[in-house]
Amino acid sequence: MEISDVRKVASLARLALTEEELLTYGRQLTGILDYVRLLDEVDTQNTEPMPHAIALQNVFRDDQRTNSLDVADALSNAPRTDGQYFLVPQILEERSGGK
Amino acid sequence: MSSLSYTVIIGLEVHTQLRTRSKLFCGCSTDFRPDAPNSQTCPVCLGLPGALPVMNRKAFELSVRTALALNCRIAEFTKWDRKQYYYPDLPKAYQISQYDLPFSSGGWLEIAADDPGEPVRRIRITRAHLEEDAGKNIHDETGRGGDSMVDLNRTGTPLLEIVSEPDLRSAAEARRYLEEMRTLLLFIGVSDCNMQEGSLRCDANVNLHIHHADGSKTATPIVELKNMNSFRNVELAIEYEVKRQASQWQKTGQKIGDVPKQTRGWDAERGVTFAQREKEESSDYRYFPDPDLVPVVLTVQQIEDARKQLPETPAVRRDRFQNQLGLTAYDAAVIIDQGPEMTQYFEHTAQLCGDGKTAANWVTQDILRDLNAAGTPVSEFPVTAEILGTLLNWIREGRLTTKSARDVYSVLKEQAASGQSIAVGDIEVIVRERKLETVRDTGALQAAIAAAIAAKPEAAADVKSGKHAAAGPLIGMIMKQVAGADPKAVRELLLKTLADS
Ligand SMILES: [Zn+2]
Repeated sequence: MEISDVRKVASLARLALTEEELLTYGRQLTGILDYVRLLDEVDTQNTEPMPHAIALQNVFRDDQRTNSLDVADALSNAPRTDGQYFLVPQILEERSGGK
Repeated sequence: MSSLSYTVIIGLEVHTQLRTRSKLFCGCSTDFRPDAPNSQTCPVCLGLPGALPVMNRKAFELSVRTALALNCRIAEFTKWDRKQYYYPDLPKAYQISQYDLPFSSGGWLEIAADDPGEPVRRIRITRAHLEEDAGKNIHDETGRGGDSMVDLNRTGTPLLEIVSEPDLRSAAEARRYLEEMRTLLLFIGVSDCNMQEGSLRCDANVNLHIHHADGSKTATPIVELKNMNSFRNVELAIEYEVKRQASQWQKTGQKIGDVPKQTRGWDAERGVTFAQREKEESSDYRYFPDPDLVPVVLTVQQIEDARKQLPETPAVRRDRFQNQLGLTAYDAAVIIDQGPEMTQYFEHTAQLCGDGKTAANWVTQDILRDLNAAGTPVSEFPVTAEILGTLLNWIREGRLTTKSARDVYSVLKEQAASGQSIAVGDIEVIVRERKLETVRDTGALQAAIAAAIAAKPEAAADVKSGKHAAAGPLIGMIMKQVAGADPKAVRELLLKTLADS
């Protein structure tokens, strides 16, 4: 695995790695990829692509409300709150929509 | 600067919150509660470790209903994927969305053309997919670098994303598409489409095709416009952006592909779009199938059953109002564009009255005027469809003139305004008290006409000699004598009597 790929993956995961750590994780990730690559030896010519590992489909729940957490419980794991909101460092831009 | 010839190219992404009681993957309430932040969350929508999402059946059904109403193909196999990015309103650091196998694709929505004389425009829908909403970030407005606050009540609310092809050609067309989309969503009952509360949102992709003298065209870079929270703002933002891109082209000559796709926000106060800070790697979402959820498989039969249960769309209803009830295209549109409640009011009125045109005249004129003046929704209007329909039926049966019916309507409104409750039975009471019923007893009318002719012989002679304007005072006299007489009938009978004399 190229060191530039490791750097990109780390940055996408918001991990600040030293040059030494990049090399260490690069070696480990390469090992994992090589191991998974063994699957390439399997003949999948006549196998339908699977989007899911278990043969289960159409699992639904009814549109019923259940109790939510108390606000204090909901906020209890947050590093900082004002008792009502999660507090985070200032955000400079706003996104809209679902992305 | 030489004048520039170009075509405007617009595609819209509409996000609409589906009308479910609970969230997409958990049982938390979907109510809009900005006054009680973080009171509607649980381990699933907070993204706590070990929590498992389970799909809300109603949300999926409403999604399929919408896609069918948009003439989309429904996939027999669909799945959900994780779209990964970091943002404070997204506690799991991924959004459950649909990537390569959305549940629907390839539909269309028809809208009126800019020129009403032109045929309707069919705007193609690329796809509609079901995803979860994010929470809400509230920014420090003081500019002193304070904290941002995060409310996760909205996190996990079912959201339908409807993506159009870049088929829209003007800001006005984009607005009409959105308005038609909203009307459709309201009529099929899938969303309340409240733009203030964020249950209908819109992003626009806008660019220009510049026309050159030799007939060739150049596409300018695509800009994604965000933060437009009203129909008017969508139209204004696109209008501004079109002008900005035209002048940008003349300054820089940048083509599509020369610069990365830009995201711009709309500043409604200043009336301008502004560049938003690009996030690094923002487009690297690394989608993969969500292992916590299982696919949904539909049979052709299930899809056809859903199609059969589809409520009447606004487009079909507009046609029906014209073909079956005899309304003009204009009146049908005016009524339906008011939404399902007004349309229901009209249909009930028309049914009781027995005459669609009369009902449409009253609803589009008197009722709409009074509703606008009072600022109340039709559901709170004291003159119910039952009362109005009955009143109009009296006109149709010849028991009241249109003028007398207006008097009854005014009295009913006055009574309601003074705090009395009004009902259908009040029509009869008012008509009786004020002697408004049309006199069909021609004997009484004949006597009154004879009396009037005797009292004003000169006027009668004038009318007989052809000066029909002289009939006014005579008719006035007769009407005073026989309250509730139809002035038109009185006039006819008077002229006939004089002609025969
Ligand atoms: Zn929840």
